[in-house]
Amino acid sequence: MLAVEGLTSAYGRIEVLHGVSLEVAEGEIIALVGANGAGKTTLLRAISGVQPISGGRVVFAGEAIEREPAHRRVAKGMAHVPEARQVFAPLSVHDNLRLGAYRRKDAGVAADLGRIYAMYPMLWERRRSAAGSLSGGEQQMLAIGRALMARPRLLLLDEPSMGLAPVLVDRIMETILALKAAGVTILLVEQNAVAALSIADRGYVIETGAIVHRGAGRDLLDDPKVRATYLGV
Amino acid sequence: MDGFATMAEFLQFAFSGLTVGAVYALVALGFTIIYNASDVVNFAQGEFVMLGGMVTVAVSAAGIPLPLAALFAVALAVGVGVALHRLAIEPAHGASPVVLIIITIGASIFIRGVAQIVFDRQFHKLPSFSGDAPFVLFGATILPQSLWVMGGAGAIVVVLHAFFERTILGKAVLAAAANRLAARLVGIDTRLIMTLSFGISAAIGAVAGILVTPITLTSYNVGTLLALKGFAGGMLGGMGNPLGAVLGGLLLGLVEAFGAGYLSSTYKDGIAFVMILVVLFVSPRGLLGRRSVERV
Repeated sequence: MLAVEGLTSAYGRIEVLHGVSLEVAEGEIIALVGANGAGKTTLLRAISGVQPISGGRVVFAGEAIEREPAHRRVAKGMAHVPEARQVFAPLSVHDNLRLGAYRRKDAGVAADLGRIYAMYPMLWERRRSAAGSLSGGEQQMLAIGRALMARPRLLLLDEPSMGLAPVLVDRIMETILALKAAGVTILLVEQNAVAALSIADRGYVIETGAIVHRGAGRDLLDDPKVRATYLGV
Repeated sequence: MDGFATMAEFLQFAFSGLTVGAVYALVALGFTIIYNASDVVNFAQGEFVMLGGMVTVAVSAAGIPLPLAALFAVALAVGVGVALHRLAIEPAHGASPVVLIIITIGASIFIRGVAQIVFDRQFHKLPSFSGDAPFVLFGATILPQSLWVMGGAGAIVVVLHAFFERTILGKAVLAAAANRLAARLVGIDTRLIMTLSFGISAAIGAVAGILVTPITLTSYNVGTLLALKGFAGGMLGGMGNPLGAVLGGLLLGLVEAFGAGYLSSTYKDGIAFVMILVVLFVSPRGLLGRRSVERV
């Protein structure tokens, strides 16, 4: 579904991705873990098109998309839940969700809105509130709901558990598994590596802009080297 | 002076203040729309007003009926607004706000210069849309054209409100203003939204220019002062808030009219700038400045 090949990207003169390659097959949950500043967020941003790249390829559903602007990638079926949620703070919860389907022309938008509200009844209760007035956990659910409104084939999730209470982290991980069951392919970036690798089919470990380990989620969790260096256990 | 004459005088000032205030409100609204979409304070906003008036004058002088001439003027102003964004603002992507402001000032000098060559340096008039016979209300006389100005401004506000509240494209403009990164991630073409905002602002300015020209006359250089007054109105209401822009513009027009009437017309233009200073001292965000509802 997604193949990233030799991706390089820089902030000014400082290269932060040095030829990253990874693959996500249809229906998989892939976890991308690594320390702060390793390049996880930059990689996701480069895949969704909001971070300029200096080299490499991004192939989505068999099509090279690295030259496409971000809004076209959304139309092709990619949705990105960015770090720190980035809801449209002054707009209502309802408008945030509705804008998630901005690129869609089909008639199923209203039904999907109903589905999101059924999934997160709290969003229904607060549908007229400004999104910025929601708590961190509520904003995270709104950000995920907004991305799902695009009916993505591939969902990019950046640190969905950041700043959330443990019970909410579990809730988010359950949501991700439910999405997988519903046929959505997921690339999950997490600092909470244990939580992410536990639900992932496969995982990649990124360190200073390069992939250093890869493998099945369970294997990475059990690998003593990975555990010592990246999981802090 | 008896009570009725005092009342009539007060109303007279109020009507003329609301008329000119409606124009300031439209200019301030233009500032606000571009500012929200792109963080650019567009000092070429007054030139759209000038273009609206001058192009309508020139085209209708060539024998084209007034409504068609006005439509053409609005379309041309929109073209200039779009060109301003694509040719002057966008290439400076990432520049500091001060640089962008200077670019818009440069653009406004350029547009004025071209207008001076294409048209001339004379004052021009358009006929009033529905005659010049004033009617009297409680002793104050009102020109029919004043009602056109106020009604036109009101109609624009209503249409804009409907656009932002009722259409997905309008919501996309608001979303891009609120969070550009998130807007791109939901598939909004933020570049197109910015161009659209420049076009809408240009159209609003041009309509203001067409409506007010029968009252105030127009010439190639009317834009400068209008831009400053509109900016003052926008600051007064709170930069970035469309409702604030309208209220700020109206308030500025009223204060000017009462100041000119009761104090001295010599200081009429000075009043706008004294108001900016007072607002910046007392409440830098203006009357209805951007409120932050973000929770971290």
